[in-house]
Amino acid sequence: MQLDVHRYARDTCVVLAVLGELDLAGAPRLRQSVVSETATGIRHLVLDLTAVDFIDSTGLGVVVGALRRLRAHDAELSVVCPEQRIRRVFEMCDLDRVFTLHETVDDAVSAWESV
Amino acid sequence: MGVGVSSNARPVGSVELAVPPMPEYLQFVRAIVGATAALDDRLQPGRVADVRLVVSEAATNAIRAQAAIQVTTPILVRCDLTGDRIVVEVADHGPGFDPSAVPALPEVETPERLRHESGLGVSLMRQLADSVELESGSDGTVVKLTFVVADA
Repeated sequence: MQLDVHRYARDTCVVLAVLGELDLAGAPRLRQSVVSETATGIRHLVLDLTAVDFIDSTGLGVVVGALRRLRAHDAELSVVCPEQRIRRVFEMCDLDRVFTLHETVDDAVSAWESV
Repeated sequence: MGVGVSSNARPVGSVELAVPPMPEYLQFVRAIVGATAALDDRLQPGRVADVRLVVSEAATNAIRAQAAIQVTTPILVRCDLTGDRIVVEVADHGPGFDPSAVPALPEVETPERLRHESGLGVSLMRQLADSVELESGSDGTVVKLTFVVADA
């Protein structure tokens, strides 16, 4: 099963909903989507990992890489990750201290809009 | 497949896979090794996920190592069910590395931390497996990860 990325707009944000297993095989697909979105000059990208079944350090690396790329373009990244089994992998790498892991896309969008 | 049933009706034996060193096969490796580990019903459901994550990390390193020097021989993945432990082994024919030279991760708050996602794989293996043994030389690397199964 190939990793899928569905892109849609929410208010002034772009959401990338990721489906499938985020590993060395799936990472390039997500990386490319982030590169494309960054090039359009967006201010806020939401990575929705709700439908991600599996993530390892390679997948985490793409999320971290997305944060760096967006910040280099003066934009922000939010991560939606309600599933504890995925959240746990962020926590084991202390990345829950680098990212706020939101429960829903709504939460991520309102958190950014309220700043 | 080489898995037999012991006198305690607890599976023992091993599964060995020779897998093309391509990322597309990681999902397959996780599925087979996870299913093998799950045969031991003493292993809590949460730990099966740990086995899948750990083998994904080790197999990813193996694929990357071989890709770096364009070696296309299969990587070997093995899952052994013994009386009191599950042992996952991944062997590659990459260029090898010095395990003691893997740098410590910088503090989370520093910008440097964001550049160290490659060290995360080894960190995860060490957090999740009960022991990690790394043997590496110029002809390749073998990683052996042990999950101790508490006796019922």
